[in-house]
Amino acid sequence: MTNHWIDFKNADVILVMGANPASNHPISMKWVMRAKEKGAKLIVVDPRFTQTASKADLYAPMRSGTDIAFLGGMVKYITDNNLYFKDYVVNYTNAAFLVNPDFKGPGDLNGLFSGYDEKTRKYDKKTWGYQMGEDGIPKKDPSLKSPNCVFQLLKKHYARYTLDKVSSITGTPKDKLEAVYKLYGSTGRPNKAGTELYAMGWTQHTVGTQNIRTMAIIQLLLGNIGIAGGGINALRGESNVQGSTDHGILFHLLPGYNATPSAALADLNAYIEKFTPKTKDPRSVNWWSNRNKYITSYLKAIYGKAATKENDFGYAWLPKLDEGQNASWLMLFDKMSKGQFDGFFAWGQNPACSGANANKVRKAMSKLKWMVNVNLFDNETASFWKGPGMNPKEIQTEVFMLPCVSSIEKEGSITNSGRLAQWRYKAIEPLGQSKPDAEIMNELFLRVREIYRKEGGKFPAPILNTTWNYGKKINIHDVAKEINGYYLEDVYDKKANPPKLLGKKGELCASFVHLQADGTTSSGNWLFSQSYTQKEGKVINMMARRGKDDPTGLGLYSGWAWAWPVNRRIIYNRASVDLKGNPWDPKRAVVKWDPVKEDPATKKPGVWVGDVPDGPAPPMGDAGKYPFIMKNDGVASIYGPGLNDGPFPEHYEALECPLEENILSKQRINPTIKMFNDKDDAFFSCDTRYPFVATTYRVTEHWQTGVMTRHTPWLLEMQPQQFVEMSRELAAEKSIRSGDRVKIRSGRGEISAVAVVTSRFKPFKIGGQTVHQVGMPWCFGWQYPGDAKSGDSANLLTPTIGDANTMIPESKAFMVNVEKA
Amino acid sequence: MGVSRRDFLKISGSTLLLGPLAAPAKADAQTPESKTKGATETRTICPYCSVGCGIIVHTKDGKVVNTEGDPEHPINEGTLCPKGASIMQLVQNDTRVLKPMYRAPGADSFKEVEWEWALDKIAKNVKESRDKSFKLTSKSKVKEKQPDGTDKEVEKEFTVNRTDAIAHVGSAALDNEECYLLQKMLRSWGLVYIEHQARI
Repeated sequence: MTNHWIDFKNADVILVMGANPASNHPISMKWVMRAKEKGAKLIVVDPRFTQTASKADLYAPMRSGTDIAFLGGMVKYITDNNLYFKDYVVNYTNAAFLVNPDFKGPGDLNGLFSGYDEKTRKYDKKTWGYQMGEDGIPKKDPSLKSPNCVFQLLKKHYARYTLDKVSSITGTPKDKLEAVYKLYGSTGRPNKAGTELYAMGWTQHTVGTQNIRTMAIIQLLLGNIGIAGGGINALRGESNVQGSTDHGILFHLLPGYNATPSAALADLNAYIEKFTPKTKDPRSVNWWSNRNKYITSYLKAIYGKAATKENDFGYAWLPKLDEGQNASWLMLFDKMSKGQFDGFFAWGQNPACSGANANKVRKAMSKLKWMVNVNLFDNETASFWKGPGMNPKEIQTEVFMLPCVSSIEKEGSITNSGRLAQWRYKAIEPLGQSKPDAEIMNELFLRVREIYRKEGGKFPAPILNTTWNYGKKINIHDVAKEINGYYLEDVYDKKANPPKLLGKKGELCASFVHLQADGTTSSGNWLFSQSYTQKEGKVINMMARRGKDDPTGLGLYSGWAWAWPVNRRIIYNRASVDLKGNPWDPKRAVVKWDPVKEDPATKKPGVWVGDVPDGPAPPMGDAGKYPFIMKNDGVASIYGPGLNDGPFPEHYEALECPLEENILSKQRINPTIKMFNDKDDAFFSCDTRYPFVATTYRVTEHWQTGVMTRHTPWLLEMQPQQFVEMSRELAAEKSIRSGDRVKIRSGRGEISAVAVVTSRFKPFKIGGQTVHQVGMPWCFGWQYPGDAKSGDSANLLTPTIGDANTMIPESKAFMVNVEKA
Repeated sequence: MGVSRRDFLKISGSTLLLGPLAAPAKADAQTPESKTKGATETRTICPYCSVGCGIIVHTKDGKVVNTEGDPEHPINEGTLCPKGASIMQLVQNDTRVLKPMYRAPGADSFKEVEWEWALDKIAKNVKESRDKSFKLTSKSKVKEKQPDGTDKEVEKEFTVNRTDAIAHVGSAALDNEECYLLQKMLRSWGLVYIEHQARI
């Protein structure tokens, strides 16, 4: 999230699209309703009339997988009707940048951008760059009139997204489209705030990243990023999925959003050179120019004294990917299905139900020699070898099921969707022989290290040199401190005259601002530096704070727990003020420049008040620093040339769709997605065997694959079995009544469910024909409660295909058939 | 645990029937003692979605006797959804696995095993799979500048120091400190196939 949960109350218009908070994040609706009580309007766009929609002022139905068409129409409406916030757009975004005149878009090239190579399914982005001035800075046209400036290219790109075209693609009636565009477009005024809430309804598509990008463009046009009641807010699904991402449990990330190294980056310098963005513009802060400090402090945290300047701080010990190698989820299970892996850890996760094309995932597991499953409960992954269609005798996988504890049997922190890290305390001792996950890791690491110490083995250096001195019983506070980081020497600010002491050897770092690239500081994750710190010698666990002060009335609660980065509650908040540092909306001032008040750090007049600002530099003015400090050019990207599938989002159909042709161009699907071509990966578009659009979702009573909630009696009683929702019209066509048992089939699998015939789904008119959509939860599994009625995972139906940028599987739009069982 | 809502209704139903017959003499004697009286209060954060609601856990004699929303928590202000409100049943649950279990190749059931044995065997497996598969170098295609200024794709051997024989998924359900430890452990072994819920 750019903002945080409580901040929803500050919005004038809330757009919920790609999410269903009333069902899946129920308590967050408190803050949506708080906004409504003050007169805010709630818009819900969803294929289904959800529980959230029931509270909406305006609901618009939309066929799954057509969000870019829907939102592209909104971009056109906003620019056609001059609803955008011009001062914001000109100064704080790249709208004025001039693009290479050779750049061509889908309007010119029938659905493709310039530079496409059909063989590699990749773009050569040569023509996507900016026109550079002699000073090495992109040329700009602040009048936004040049035909090559981003703003004019944006207008040209979305000129094709007319109400007729959009309605024909999405199935949304034109009057509903216009009503949504008008209402949301009203937040482009400086004193209005619009926010957007999304979840997996946007990410689980082959165009997932671009769904979110389209909304980012809208929010930038309307000046809604950085302000209270604004932003783009991912409603993350798991209690600590923010933290687990921050800490790099992903093939492409080390902690703190440092990239994992690849083969050709032979030494630390090459790594730093590659991942440090450059700018020649002195007005850009370009925060990632600090990359060298963060990666070096990480290496010092994990390798300790063994990491020296002479050995490149142990950089060689980090495993390297091949150049261009993608080791993400779909690739992992594809390789597993081909027998690549001996061993597999499923730690607090149930891929047999959560993986797209779950039949492929389950079969793949039978190729393993050994599997370790760490969980509270037995589940479909641990017991895959006795699941439907499996013959245990033929499956040679040895399986270890290790019992971990619940969250109240241990201590530690988790980070919510608003980047708020909160400390949890231990309430009871571990039940039975179950162990905290950290204990299991501790025992495993120490055992493996012991074998390498005794017996030697292949390349033991990283195992022997990794710091791991937490004792037999791990003290989790030691780990939290390691993440925060230490001064390993007396560290001085050498720019000050005389040099100023920043921190004493052995003390906890004050914040990442003090981290060094010379090995004199450590930090396991620079983003969390300040989370467990030391002030005037006193150690403070910032994540355990319970301060309730709210001086701005905006609900920032800056004294409650701790948010990354450096306790900033609304990121990009320098964009919430004008060039002089005065809030665009004085009634909702997130930060404000006070030119008179003394800055305690510099002892000079001039300081920001309010939230922790995005950097201490004075307001932008005519010659000051740009507001978007994480971007190398200092401004937000309406034009995004870094993405794989185009600098502007373009509508493509889902891999499986009900249309022979994309109504907008000759290019039906995203041209840059990685195709999987095995028999198990089959997909079918416009096939009479699978005529209905399908999507998946959750219910309030169950969580993800349902392992924890199916085992909770109250919750299972409330939602005991798999169901499928369908319109009255489709049910009539198929002679299905509510309560009937039905089979749902896709090209990859079949599940059984109870039919729920409802007016929450309505048939869509798409390109002149009627298209039906059905939807079902994905929280059931064969293993528990174990009766045939409760059903199996809806992911048995979903395809093996991922987003062009993230490879997140497309679980939200695919094709099925539904028949009476 | 052990009392489902259905059972609870049955019990309370029969209590209601018995109630009038066993009416006590004084009205205040009917007020049951609060189950949280004398209990220890511990603050936690809900383990389900990422709203981050505060929950108070009441314990007596090492057992959870009650959980409820933390009224001081600024996000949930004491309220909870059905999932958050039922974590007591999640924790004290008869179907939890409370001893390590092992399924041998080709076996048709799990059997309970000792921690020491399971951990030793997993550690041995890690070492065996890692040593057998460990790649010091691997070939990658890279672009190289040619004397005439053009780029040419060439295949070269690079140091990679990794194993391609072990993969890992999970978990967004772990604490931050555990996530950090986990990636530290897996990367020390040389894994690159490391993924979790954030990808799906």
